[in-house]
Amino acid sequence: MSVHIRDYPGIPLKDRDIGEGRVLTTEWHVKAQYAWDTGAALSRFFRALKEGKIYGRWCPGCDRIVVPPRMFCEWCFRPTVRWVEVCDTGRVNTFSVSYVNWDASRSAVPRVPAVIELDGASPGMGIMHLLGEVGDTLEEILRRVKVGMPVRAVWKPPAERQGAITDILYFAPCRDEGATEPGGCGCGGAVGADRAAPTTSGTDACGCGGGEG
Amino acid sequence: MGYQNRVAVVGAGLTRFMRRAQETGKELCFEAARMALDAAGLRPRDVEAVVMATAPDVFDGVHMKGEYLADGAGGFRKPYMRSFVGGGSGVFAAIHGWYHVASGHFDTVLVVAEEKMSSCLPHPQAAFNGIYDQFLERPLGVNLLWIFALEMNRYMQVHKVPQETIALVSVKNKRNGLDHPCAQEGIPGNYSVEEIVGSEVMVWPVTRLMVSPVTDAAAAIVMVSERVAKRITDRPVWVKGVGWHLDSSYWTNRDLYYPKYVEYAARMAYEMAGITNPRREIDVVEAYDPFAYKELHHMEGLLLCDKGEAPRLLEKGVTQRDGELPVCPSGGLLGVGNPIAAAGLMKVAEIFWQLRGEAGARQVSRPVRTGLAQAWGDLMQVGTVVVLGV
Ligand SMILES: [Zn+2]
Repeated sequence: MSVHIRDYPGIPLKDRDIGEGRVLTTEWHVKAQYAWDTGAALSRFFRALKEGKIYGRWCPGCDRIVVPPRMFCEWCFRPTVRWVEVCDTGRVNTFSVSYVNWDASRSAVPRVPAVIELDGASPGMGIMHLLGEVGDTLEEILRRVKVGMPVRAVWKPPAERQGAITDILYFAPCRDEGATEPGGCGCGGAVGADRAAPTTSGTDACGCGGGEG
Repeated sequence: MGYQNRVAVVGAGLTRFMRRAQETGKELCFEAARMALDAAGLRPRDVEAVVMATAPDVFDGVHMKGEYLADGAGGFRKPYMRSFVGGGSGVFAAIHGWYHVASGHFDTVLVVAEEKMSSCLPHPQAAFNGIYDQFLERPLGVNLLWIFALEMNRYMQVHKVPQETIALVSVKNKRNGLDHPCAQEGIPGNYSVEEIVGSEVMVWPVTRLMVSPVTDAAAAIVMVSERVAKRITDRPVWVKGVGWHLDSSYWTNRDLYYPKYVEYAARMAYEMAGITNPRREIDVVEAYDPFAYKELHHMEGLLLCDKGEAPRLLEKGVTQRDGELPVCPSGGLLGVGNPIAAAGLMKVAEIFWQLRGEAGARQVSRPVRTGLAQAWGDLMQVGTVVVLGV
């Protein structure tokens, strides 16, 4: 606002202006529904989740194994060429502690959204999910959750899986919390060891990966 | 970069920032646009084209909101376009205004930004959830604040910055906002670090006083060619550089501690402006501050300091109004309010007023010849930068 302008427009309303009928409003209630087809990459990804597996895609251009998988590489702008199974373990890249619901209302019990870098994918390949088994209060969560901490997926029972991201209930701290090296979390070899894709530095440290699809 | 015209900003207008305005979006646009034209000494018929910035249609429940607002923004029977990159839109609109004039197509362009967030019930935050991936993220029960909290924590972890230091951004901007006549009621104030950190935890590490509010408001600027500027004003403020840049929507595959896209946008603007050392050559900054940490994040992306150094500049008082590099002297989004697109254009207007010496109580202490306004938006994805100079 310039010093040369003294009068500035705008009529701020208070709740009582509406409540007491001094200002009129018109309401519209919309019900919007959508059904999204999951596409080539995520269809395969979700089918694998039903089997308790996580798949990435390999790009020969940049030699990345990317998760979430995509049929094209946005760096190289060329098709990715191969499915690569990655681990259901990883590291916490960052996390938060949420006291708000989708509509900005408060939730009594906090949830813990996090970005988890999956073992077996290229470095920095994270997905967003929730952490669980980490406490119910902010203090406890902050004491137990550390960036870099190894975590593992906790899956729904196979019969309840729907081919959705929620087939993973949450990620929980690995039991051996002293583990500091990738692969030290005890997941090593849990999934197919026949590595079919070329390795990216650091991606096979946990001993998994390689299930070509 | 070759272009036909030098471009000047010659007027700016702003409505009050309000939690809920009685005015419709069209009415807000009209007030801000008229004020900007009056300030420039121009008449509506002088305007050859109009640029509009306004954020998601879903806030208003009005489809093609740009067209809906056009009459209020002076767009009747004129070349008219809408710029939309989420929170980056307000500064992006000024960039569009620049190339409308720089191209030689137009001599006088009106740029209007509007947001009316209060219409969306129960809270406009819910309207933002559609920004998340519908397959991988929305089923987790997302809230807009999550991505910011995740990014803030990543920044804190990488640079070992305590929450208390970041809270100093809220302290500074909310205090600066006390001098802004358009500031939203209840938003600026004198707060201590303890009050900021101790306010209600929204999504840790973000507390209520580290988030900007929802706001209804409009802003406008008038941009003209050198030909027109020479005729109508002795004090044009020139557009020295513009830049914009977009990063990947695969945000969980990026390291959120540093906004590379802001750096690329800044480099583009600096190259055009002939700025080789932004730390010495930029005198005043309106960095985008919807969240407290964002101001620091953006100062680093704008190359105004090293990575991880912004918190130290803040602690030393460098970014205060009387500091060597004042940041958000307006009070910013944390101190004035955050009508998404209009907040970005408010920042351009603030730099305009600072460079003209018209900012009154908000005027920074040091002499200013070059200023920068920046906004950010989409899915932690877009950087938009305008460098102005006299
Ligand atoms: Zn590639």
